[in-house]
Amino acid sequence: MSFLEIRNVHKRFGANEVLRGINLTVEEHQVVCLIGPSGCGKSTLLRCINGLEEIQAGEIRLHGDRITGPGVDLNALRRDVGIVFQSFNLFPHMTVLQNITLAPTQVLRMPEAEAQAKALALLKRIGLEHKAQAYPDQLSGGQQQRVAIVRALAMEPMLLLLDEITSALDPELVSEVLNLLRELAREGMTMILATHEMGFAREVASKVCFMYGGVVHEEGPPEQIFSNPQHERTQQFLSSIIEAGRL
Amino acid sequence: MTEPNSKALRRRQPIPPKDGLGFALLALILAVALWLATGWVMWLVKQTMTTNGFQAFWADALLVLFTLLPAGLLWPAVRGLGQARLARQALQSENLIAARVHSAEAHTWAWFTLGYAGALILFLLFVLFFIANNVAVGRTFFQLELIRDSFGLILQAFWVNVVIFLFAGFFSLIWGLVVAIAKLLPGKPAQPIRFIATFYTDAFLSLPSIIVIYLIGFGLPLTGIGFFRNLPLEALAVLALTLTYGAYMAEVYRAGLESIHPSQWAAARSLGLSYGQTLRFVVVPQAVRRIIPPLLNNLIGMQKDTALVNVVGVIDAFNQARIIASNDFNLSAVTTVAILFILITIPQTRLVDRLVERDRARFRQGS
Ligand SMILES: Nc1ncnc2c1ncn2[C@@H]1O[C@H](COP(=O)(O)OP(=O)(O)O)[C@@H](O)[C@H]1O
Ligand SMILES: [Mg+2]
Repeated sequence: MSFLEIRNVHKRFGANEVLRGINLTVEEHQVVCLIGPSGCGKSTLLRCINGLEEIQAGEIRLHGDRITGPGVDLNALRRDVGIVFQSFNLFPHMTVLQNITLAPTQVLRMPEAEAQAKALALLKRIGLEHKAQAYPDQLSGGQQQRVAIVRALAMEPMLLLLDEITSALDPELVSEVLNLLRELAREGMTMILATHEMGFAREVASKVCFMYGGVVHEEGPPEQIFSNPQHERTQQFLSSIIEAGRL
Repeated sequence: MTEPNSKALRRRQPIPPKDGLGFALLALILAVALWLATGWVMWLVKQTMTTNGFQAFWADALLVLFTLLPAGLLWPAVRGLGQARLARQALQSENLIAARVHSAEAHTWAWFTLGYAGALILFLLFVLFFIANNVAVGRTFFQLELIRDSFGLILQAFWVNVVIFLFAGFFSLIWGLVVAIAKLLPGKPAQPIRFIATFYTDAFLSLPSIIVIYLIGFGLPLTGIGFFRNLPLEALAVLALTLTYGAYMAEVYRAGLESIHPSQWAAARSLGLSYGQTLRFVVVPQAVRRIIPPLLNNLIGMQKDTALVNVVGVIDAFNQARIIASNDFNLSAVTTVAILFILITIPQTRLVDRLVERDRARFRQGS
């Protein structure tokens, strides 16, 4: 039994079948990178794992427990599976501290003081404890994204999903976010990342999955995917990435 | 490849400004004419006062003052003319930059004169209207003794309007939110609730509030149901206004709730917050912030509609004033009511303006 098992998952938006039978397994402490052309369904897959989208066929299991289909307690699932979005999605009317403590206090019923202490400890770790009382729009993009990651971490998820979290950032702010991810990977956090940061994927990924045509077209360890891709599509995709100077 | 020099260099001729002399002259003539017109109107006022045997030093002093004030219009007019002449001189010496500066100044001063002149014309027309037919307008609407004598009574009755407004405002703000949330409930099982909420808002948006007040104020006590029979009329008025304005509020809330980007929902739900918690902590607080101005506008509208409760016999300010008016064959008490409404509404309208402006400023900052 693997930590996360995705079996033959199909997802349609109206007539548009975006996922056409995804198969993927993730082990504990693995970092799995999803790569692939824009619109190939990376975000959709992550949202399905988190229960933000319903799937039409197939199943997803976490620790052997089925987390898709009718009757699943999605609120409970989301306590265990956190997601961070490309556009941060911090709550603009709340301070950084309130953003982080909202879910622990309301969902986990953690006492306010405890939640704050924990939030401050997390903020300190990313060097932003002095921004605890700031509002999101007073932060740079990189700071906002790190707060968004910390907000997800405050729920102590067993799996963290990250959807192109550096794509909306100015280039000089990307590294501060990637450094945080490196640290999390080192500590053994299980993560699935949709990303265009190929260098980073090569460095930290346990496994890289190239998604194309609604399926996982090719998967393997990063050295294999990046240095010796087997499929023509994968080769094409990677050469276009190299052309763009991203690898 | 095109030839680099295939296109001849375009030369641009400097464009000389207009000197603005004609415009400045026009402004000056208007200023002088208005000064004369003011003198004439004030003279008419003086005559009206004499025929009515009214004689007071302060009134005469006021008239003289009013006659002198429009002389102030001459100042900008003359300055405009001076600038226009400088502009013409600069043009003749072909100093284009100076000519533009003086011409712009001349135009500004002339416009300044015209603006104030327009306001003065309106004021003079109003005075003429007021004293026409031997102060008929003045006597009908502004009989000072009557206003003074009825003021206490009117103010007391106005308190009824204020109380009805406060209660109905409070309830409709809550009720509107409830209806809006009901209208936006997701999923099939909520369909009947959505349908009822939609029907309710559609119905009450199309019903004139005066009809709702009439039906509820007269109808409910007629049903003989104990609860309604014992309610004071004012409470029924509050109920009617809450139902009517709740529908308006619901539409505003709905627009606000729908304006919150789905990504905020996704972020909150993905943290494990339930639908209700997401509404309460994330969506409603942001939505309300955005719709405070239109909510306040609805409240102002409701405040005015509190005068409609007179149809079911609540003694509010307007009803009280009508009683006084029919006793004295004079509308001055109603004028008092009008003034009271204006007095309490203007600060609120200004507040709305301020909030709208603040929102706009924040939007420009790009947050
Ligand atoms: N909520 C939605 N409604 C309809 N179509 C959607 C929705 N979300 C995504 N899609 C479609 O699904 C496809 C995959 O999108 P996405 O998962 O965002 O791709 P990626 O993240 O790999 O760029 C796209 O064609 C997109 O138009
Ligand atoms: Mg995406």
